[in-house]
Amino acid sequence: MSFTSLIILLLAICTFGYWFGSKKALTLGPKQGRVGRGQPHQFGAFVVIWGGIPPLLLFALWSVFSVLTGETESKIFDQIDQVVFPVLLILSTALGCYAAINKIKAGVRARKTLEFVIYSFLILASTVSVFTTIGIVFSLLFETLNFFEKVPVFDFVLGLEWSPQTALREDQVGSSGAFGAIPLFAGTMLITLIAMLVAVPLGLFSAIYMTEYASKTFRAIVKPILEILAGIPTVVYGFFAALTVGVFFRDVGSAIGLDVVSESALAAGVVMGMMIIPFISSLSDDVITAVPQSLRDGSYALGATKSETVLKVILPAALPGIVGAVLLAVSRAIGETMIVVMAAGFAANLTANPLEAVTTVTVQIVGLLVGDQEFDSAKTLAAFALALALFLITLGLNVIALIVVRKYREKYD
Amino acid sequence: MTDMSDLKPQNQWVSEERKAGLGKRHRTERRFKLLGLAAIFIALAMLATLFVSIASKGYSAFVQTRFELNVYFDETVIYPNGDRSAQALRGASYVSLIRNALRAEFPDVETRKELRSLFGIFSKGASRQLRNMVMEKPSVIGTTTATWLIASDDMDMFNKGYIPRDVVEADRRVKDNEIKWFDHLVEKGVVQKVFNWGFFSSGDSREPEIAGIWGAMVGSFYTLLITFVIAFPIGVMSAIYLEEFAPKNRITDIIEVNINNLAAVPSIVFGLLGMGLFLNVAHLPRSASMVGGLTLALMTLPIIIISARASIRAVPDSIRHAALGLGASRQQTAFHHVLPQSMPGILTGTIIGLSQALGETAPLLMIGMVAFIVDIPGNVTDPATVLPVQIFLWADSPERAFVEKTSGAILVLLVFLVFMNALAVLLRRKFERRK
Repeated sequence: MSFTSLIILLLAICTFGYWFGSKKALTLGPKQGRVGRGQPHQFGAFVVIWGGIPPLLLFALWSVFSVLTGETESKIFDQIDQVVFPVLLILSTALGCYAAINKIKAGVRARKTLEFVIYSFLILASTVSVFTTIGIVFSLLFETLNFFEKVPVFDFVLGLEWSPQTALREDQVGSSGAFGAIPLFAGTMLITLIAMLVAVPLGLFSAIYMTEYASKTFRAIVKPILEILAGIPTVVYGFFAALTVGVFFRDVGSAIGLDVVSESALAAGVVMGMMIIPFISSLSDDVITAVPQSLRDGSYALGATKSETVLKVILPAALPGIVGAVLLAVSRAIGETMIVVMAAGFAANLTANPLEAVTTVTVQIVGLLVGDQEFDSAKTLAAFALALALFLITLGLNVIALIVVRKYREKYD
Repeated sequence: MTDMSDLKPQNQWVSEERKAGLGKRHRTERRFKLLGLAAIFIALAMLATLFVSIASKGYSAFVQTRFELNVYFDETVIYPNGDRSAQALRGASYVSLIRNALRAEFPDVETRKELRSLFGIFSKGASRQLRNMVMEKPSVIGTTTATWLIASDDMDMFNKGYIPRDVVEADRRVKDNEIKWFDHLVEKGVVQKVFNWGFFSSGDSREPEIAGIWGAMVGSFYTLLITFVIAFPIGVMSAIYLEEFAPKNRITDIIEVNINNLAAVPSIVFGLLGMGLFLNVAHLPRSASMVGGLTLALMTLPIIIISARASIRAVPDSIRHAALGLGASRQQTAFHHVLPQSMPGILTGTIIGLSQALGETAPLLMIGMVAFIVDIPGNVTDPATVLPVQIFLWADSPERAFVEKTSGAILVLLVFLVFMNALAVLLRRKFERRK
């Protein structure tokens, strides 16, 4: 029996149960049925719950079982999956509905059961995000531990050489591969730094202008336009960086006698900065607006100009919030993938020269995992170690940023 | 009363020094203001450069060069051994029809090498065009019909002016003899640029001139559908729980901090989670839009929860008190009164989350949605690709013609995003008015 028809059949049984349950509730008479115990439709839903939960549980159990045993090929499994299991589901639904309908008598608190079940579902839903985090940590941690069995932690954290190519033949030169992550992190930092050099001044100054100088109409028109920058998919930025900005910098470089590669860190960094401008500007906008008006009034009363007020009163007051915004932006820049995959280099290169090509952590993760892969080679596992490092770094930055911002909020609330 | 004029000389504010200082301060003020304005204009200029650069590269993807050719639908070619079944009709060598027509058009081309490049001015899609024509209307067999056929990508690029004439032949994709044939066709008036419907109706292809985005659009649709179906109910339910029911304790705090942190986890990490969880543990089909949708759902979930909580919090308490006062249970209050009130806000957040998911590429690379897929996916378990990944794949292709296709696909993607965001803005407006 196909999955769709099974679902339809189960739904049909539940619909029938709902109809029958609500009908039966009406026969209970107004005294017991209506007030306090539940409305007819609640009795209907009560039946549906009794009919729906057993197959749901069975289905979950069966999925967990088949995943855990990992057995999907054998004949017996197939038969159970195709015949026994659907029949079991249908039976459990029918029995559940039948039992529930029988249960509908004067004195049954349908609403209470119903609300209890809904409440459990709400709790379940809100734990999904916790399980996501746990899933991330575990899926990364196990592979990372496997990786560190093959490559010492020290070599990974402090190694200056990154060339994950494992050899095709045993006797090939350099068959072991080198897994020193320093060049990757250095490349990431270089590109992030360039991005910040572009985004922080532009974002901060536009936020100051928007909050302190701009007229209401100017703000209403320009702010949404600036925020378009944040909504553009990163793959579009990547294409722009690789095809337009990279080539432009190369041409400018060769015109003034500089050797700029077309996959320069500069191009990737500038475009990434462009993406981050609205991020910084809208976050700083919020913190600047949150600075109490009394501080501004006090400064103006002392005869300060607007710029003096901004520089000497507002910015110092808003500084923690701005630092938080910059930290969040840094964490976003570090985790950004598509721009660097398309516009930065692939070979590891330990340099601080923005005109050369560097590679980043995310580029390497994509490079190592896209395409065919054998799951126990150090090359594949290295991607998980990198991802775990990435996860921890961005997590740390976010936690620090949130603490900084929260501290600041407390000061003025 | 003291005479004012007596005081004036002592007044520090009008001394020459002060005046000069004030002028300086005002100049600084103007400079500072200008700096802010400049920052905004630089950012806007960057945005404009991005759009102009992509639009100028991409608009030509929506038209396509076609040549008109007098094709003789030769019965001996279409039915080489007398078999007149539909299968024979489908399998016939329509390329030969084009070749014969070209030989008739250019009788002076003789050498094998030249003939091969002559046949190359038409796309591989041209023979498919002829096949569709014959299958639709078998009565054309035996007649000579003037037909507009798709040109090859190089001819298309040349016609659109991307390949300049005044370059040394060795450095030029289109050789001298091809230019000669092209000019001949132009003189005859049989070169035309038509709207490229195929771009919107066909799947991916190795040939840029017949590659389209329909497959990727369908893939994106299925992926977003799964994302919505999973993330929206779970997101709304968690938001209701956290705002309306959750007791203030340690566990709720952990859930809250966790959601905030999850919203900032790099998207590629979600890709690794999807790979580990859905491919390696649950053994769901690789490259399927279902896996993509599930992965993106986990990624979108925190965004939906955060915005849903904000709009639930914005519902005035008086509504809750009124409902409770009339004897509604807490759940009835939440589901019948608070939720409908906050729905526009929740939907706005959801649309914004989904539009982020629509533009997301990196996590989908991890779960194998980068495969080259020609067929249009028919359901959520078929191998599929999505628009941004298609853009990534085309951006990686070496053919010159794919640059135009990539930009064209980006324009289509941006149109979808603008549409979704406009919808979100409209909903927000409506919401604000009601309050």
